[in-house]
Amino acid sequence: MNTMNINIKINGTPVTVPAGTSVLKAGKLANTKIPALCAHPDLKAWGACGICVVKVEGSPKMVRACTTEVVEGQNYITHDPDIVETRRTTLELIMSNHPNECLTCPRNGCCELQTLSAEFGIRDVPFASGVRRLPEDLSTPSVQLHPAKCIACGRCALVCQQMQDVWALEFLNRGDQTRIAPAGDVTLAESPCIKCGQCSAHCPVGAITEVDETRKAWAALRDKSKEVVVQIAPAVRVALGEEFGLEPGTLVTGKVYAALRRLGFSKVFDTNLSADLTIMEEASEFIHRFTTGGELPLITSCCPSWVDYLEKYHTDMISNFSTAKSPMMMMGAMVKTYYAEKAGKTAADIVSVAIMPCTAKKYEIQRSDDMRSSGAADVDLSLTTRELARMIKQAGIDFVNLPDEPADSPLGIYTGAATIFGATGGVMEAALRTAYYMVSGKNLTSVDLVAARGMDGVKIASVKIPAGGKEIEVRFAIAHGMANVKVVMEQVRAAKAAGKELPFHFIEVMACRGGCISGGGQPYGSTDEVRAKRTAGIYKDDKDSVIRLSHENPSVQALYKDFLGKPNSEKAHHLLHTHYVPRPLYVK
Amino acid sequence: MSVITKDKTATEFSSTLVQFIEEWKDKPGSLIMILHRLQQEFGFLPRPAIIQLSQMLQLPLAKIYGVVTFYHYFKLTKPGRNNIQVCMGTACYLKGGEDIIHELENLLGIHLNQVSDDGEFSFESVRCVGCCGLAPVAVCGTEVFGKLVPDKLPEVLAKLKSN
Repeated sequence: MNTMNINIKINGTPVTVPAGTSVLKAGKLANTKIPALCAHPDLKAWGACGICVVKVEGSPKMVRACTTEVVEGQNYITHDPDIVETRRTTLELIMSNHPNECLTCPRNGCCELQTLSAEFGIRDVPFASGVRRLPEDLSTPSVQLHPAKCIACGRCALVCQQMQDVWALEFLNRGDQTRIAPAGDVTLAESPCIKCGQCSAHCPVGAITEVDETRKAWAALRDKSKEVVVQIAPAVRVALGEEFGLEPGTLVTGKVYAALRRLGFSKVFDTNLSADLTIMEEASEFIHRFTTGGELPLITSCCPSWVDYLEKYHTDMISNFSTAKSPMMMMGAMVKTYYAEKAGKTAADIVSVAIMPCTAKKYEIQRSDDMRSSGAADVDLSLTTRELARMIKQAGIDFVNLPDEPADSPLGIYTGAATIFGATGGVMEAALRTAYYMVSGKNLTSVDLVAARGMDGVKIASVKIPAGGKEIEVRFAIAHGMANVKVVMEQVRAAKAAGKELPFHFIEVMACRGGCISGGGQPYGSTDEVRAKRTAGIYKDDKDSVIRLSHENPSVQALYKDFLGKPNSEKAHHLLHTHYVPRPLYVK
Repeated sequence: MSVITKDKTATEFSSTLVQFIEEWKDKPGSLIMILHRLQQEFGFLPRPAIIQLSQMLQLPLAKIYGVVTFYHYFKLTKPGRNNIQVCMGTACYLKGGEDIIHELENLLGIHLNQVSDDGEFSFESVRCVGCCGLAPVAVCGTEVFGKLVPDKLPEVLAKLKSN
């Protein structure tokens, strides 16, 4: 690693930055914002948009700040009348083939191009409109492509290929015919797309967006013949505040409950409770496989994009997948059976809504017949954090000043182990806390499994659990950012093929970098800086929890006692478990 | 570890083609050359053939499509038995290349980049084919037709049809 520092100037002000820093980043370190539409901190810069041009003192040329590395002693001019004029022209050229439809665009108010246009005070575009009316792709339940709005910045393709290793999106054609689409003009639903929505989270404009279902939610809330019940996912509580001006990572659990109640949901439940339930099922499944010589490693299955990815890219590992449903689907099943029974209703009387940090959850609720274990759809509607924010704004709720309210009984109490599901490593940490108890009969002295935390793409560690006088070692691996999964899977395959001891017993995978806290449905602007803050919020929630172990959740204990029997019981299997099938990458 | 599509690819690769791909697949920068060879085999790049190639090269299908659609030369649809390339380079354009295109449209009843109903003809416009002295020029396979005028086109088409 090159840790050499380099002394440069930004607009005459001396700054010291690490060697290899781009001028764009150096500008940021010097508190100077250089505008850019294609560069993104998650991605390798490739100089597509041309907005970030700067001058190097002594040279008449302008260079792109994103792809230019700083050189010792140089003074970089980031703003002068020439540069501003050049940026304006580039902006006008981009806008000349961008539809002027801001009022009805899903990115109205949160569009990077719109913001730049406002900052540059663009009032008319002097170039003839070259908008290409390419057909929209509305084929998936999660994300939609609006190619007419694409500015060919390439972020989505880079995310899809480099960060996620999915290869659903690619540049087709070239020059002014360039467009982003799946290979060979099949639809997104017919492509390897895993619906993670990272393309939509990185798109600077409205070319890729989540499927907005807020009107369906309002329609359900207006229907007096239905009871509308809602659940919120762990990662929502540390990000929703951003939509109302709060710092990333601000814990707003009580305010979300209050807001949901004001929107008209009759019962506010917490996906965290079913995360505890997932741990009970998954830890039991793990221990069963571990102690009876069952198929290992066990791989977590909470992440629907990962499920889709595994069904397409790692079909040989299907038998290693935990059959436990995701917390959202478990909650859905409990709402429509356990809660319905308590409330004297049928599954059909209830509309079950989920608030998720995720676009793939919209796909998950219809993934297979297992998602209708109550006889009806266990979850009827899955909204992203962004959609919930819109509903709260539509309802005129002063979110920041809401009082904190509790969730509703009987599906509202959660433990610290559940809340960390929202961050990479969280499911593993929570599962091992409970597995430790299930095997040894004792709780861990310190429940913090620090090795599972952090932003390394692959984390490998082990825990020792005392079992009947001896110690068993559980080796685990954690991967996040879909492209990081391959190396873990290859290690397992290689060991299996060579007949060697397995490198891991337990593997956790989350499709999005950092885990659900930067899911495809979270507020825009996820970078590692934002991820770190949201993650800190998650672990603070855990640390401040009175109960930090899933098996000690009194509501979960009651749920087993009154309704499910034991973890992995027949009833639990029917309602809380699922199956997986190999799927081809392309439907045709 | 993954299946690209459920459909069994009907495309048969000849043994020489397979040999060619095997020989070059691990060498850096060989994709374009392999695609040339593939197009030579089929006259265009059928989707099943691209899928099969993607499996052989262990390359994402999207990556291959990115390359295929970037270059004008690669064809994703089957051209006519006779694919006429009308030069629209500077010299040919000035000497009436556009008239040739209009007349071909009249005679064949198809537009640029389309195929006649009987599958006999298709035509496309290309940039300079390198014999500006013969402008305006059209090329079909290995045959070159120079100093073309619209009136000569029926004769050219008849000749190609009888080939």
